[in-house]
Amino acid sequence: MRYGMRDVTETGLYPISHIPHPTSVHAVFNTEGCILMKNVWEAAVALATGFATTFKHLFRKPITEEYPEYKRVLPERARAVIILTRDPDGGERCVACYLCSAACPVSCISMQSAEREDGRRYASWFRINFARCIYCGLCEEACPTSAIQLTPYFETCERDILKLVYEKEDLLVDHGGKDKEYNFYRYAGVVTEVGDKGTHIKEGKPVNIKSNMP
Amino acid sequence: MNWILGFIILIAKLGVVLVGLLLLAAYLVLLERKFLGRLQIRYGPNRAGKFGLLQPFADTIKMLTKEDTVPAEADRVLFLLAPAVVASEALLIFAVVPFGATITLWGKKVPMVITDLNVGLLYVFALASLGVYGVALGGWASNSKYSLIGGIRGAAQMISYELSLGLSLVPIVMLARSFSLVDIVRAQADYPFILVQPVSFMIFLISAVAETKRIPFDLPEAENELGAGYHTEYSGMRFGLFFLGEYVNLQVLGALVTVFFLGGWRGPLLPPVVWFLIKVLAVAVLMIWVRGTLPRLRYDQLMHLGWKFLVPVALLNIVATGAFLLI
Repeated sequence: MRYGMRDVTETGLYPISHIPHPTSVHAVFNTEGCILMKNVWEAAVALATGFATTFKHLFRKPITEEYPEYKRVLPERARAVIILTRDPDGGERCVACYLCSAACPVSCISMQSAEREDGRRYASWFRINFARCIYCGLCEEACPTSAIQLTPYFETCERDILKLVYEKEDLLVDHGGKDKEYNFYRYAGVVTEVGDKGTHIKEGKPVNIKSNMP
Repeated sequence: MNWILGFIILIAKLGVVLVGLLLLAAYLVLLERKFLGRLQIRYGPNRAGKFGLLQPFADTIKMLTKEDTVPAEADRVLFLLAPAVVASEALLIFAVVPFGATITLWGKKVPMVITDLNVGLLYVFALASLGVYGVALGGWASNSKYSLIGGIRGAAQMISYELSLGLSLVPIVMLARSFSLVDIVRAQADYPFILVQPVSFMIFLISAVAETKRIPFDLPEAENELGAGYHTEYSGMRFGLFFLGEYVNLQVLGALVTVFFLGGWRGPLLPPVVWFLIKVLAVAVLMIWVRGTLPRLRYDQLMHLGWKFLVPVALLNIVATGAFLLI
């Protein structure tokens, strides 16, 4: 069964076109009455088929998922509430580089960068306005350290819109999110508690730049 | 004393019918949404109350408390008046519809009809035509292109289908030999007219769907192309009145089909009023089923169907019935 304009014309419900045509209802009054009868018959069959289809649907179980009672398990990469993850060693991943804030099309991310004594950068405060967030995931793509991530959890409805402004303590979680093993400071050649010069992954031995010796 | 009793009974009947119509209209909306949902493998509203039974009240409260806006450039008087025309026209038609057998209260015969006009059928047509004004004026007064197109479509469609609606009932009048709806029901004591006038029945049903502007003839409000057609600019309870009018019209249509073709309130075992309700609801469910099945017609298809198919067939039907009655 096809549905749409064409079907209606073929059923004979619309047996007339502006161009005189043998299958038109003008045929009531001329010799082509049998063609009209055939058309009417086809129309009746087409209508009956349609009604039978909808009638059969009446006895099917609705496919509706009734939301608060039944919660579908969303895909792992579904985009909803944003979290700040930690590396496998428990340190904050965010290095407050502002890339997420720059990438955000609605400017809902703001932060203040700071540096610890060992040279490790962090955000002294970090704020996401979820009332403004469009959950596009561009912050996650921009993040160089896999710190900011979107999660499938979406039930954050609030009466008071200001409650949707999340601070760093609301955002920070104690796991690695989708990227469990990655620790930025094990790769970056920055001296921190995580590693001294030459101890990072894929990093060569330190070179004495004041010497020409190989 | 007798006069006062008659007056009280009349007022009581009016009250019962009015409340019944409005309540049934509210629940027809729910029925339509539920039934349409099931046709489309959905549940329909089921949140407000058990099975969504409180949904009509929620909707009413919502519409009553919403802001009632009038567009700045609208013709204010007509804009405010148009929904009332639609709703009252639909309610008034019911005045001549007999909904039960005559009962005896305190030794007084009480006919189960508000008023038995001997030109009841003409009264029905007169009021059905007045419904055009609500649509056309509402569309025009809104001063919006969508509303205007919807209103013009509505006027053209309703005037066109008025014709086949009227013609399809001429055979019924010929058979019943009366314009009174009570007499028409009385004439169906032996068999309902649908058995002898199936063609009339089909024409009446199709025309009546077009009159009530329901799918597949909902061009005046074709939401895909016109927003909401003639009631695009309406909000709050004024939109609610259009909506109410539409569903009271659905009941009126069901009642008229019942009276003209299904033998009115007649039926075995159950009380007449119950039979009447069952038949009206059956027609309403059929309408909803049609809505769940058929796509909207194009405007020219609609006009061609009305003028070049239904009207000739209705005329032929009259001739055939007349010939049969003569023989």
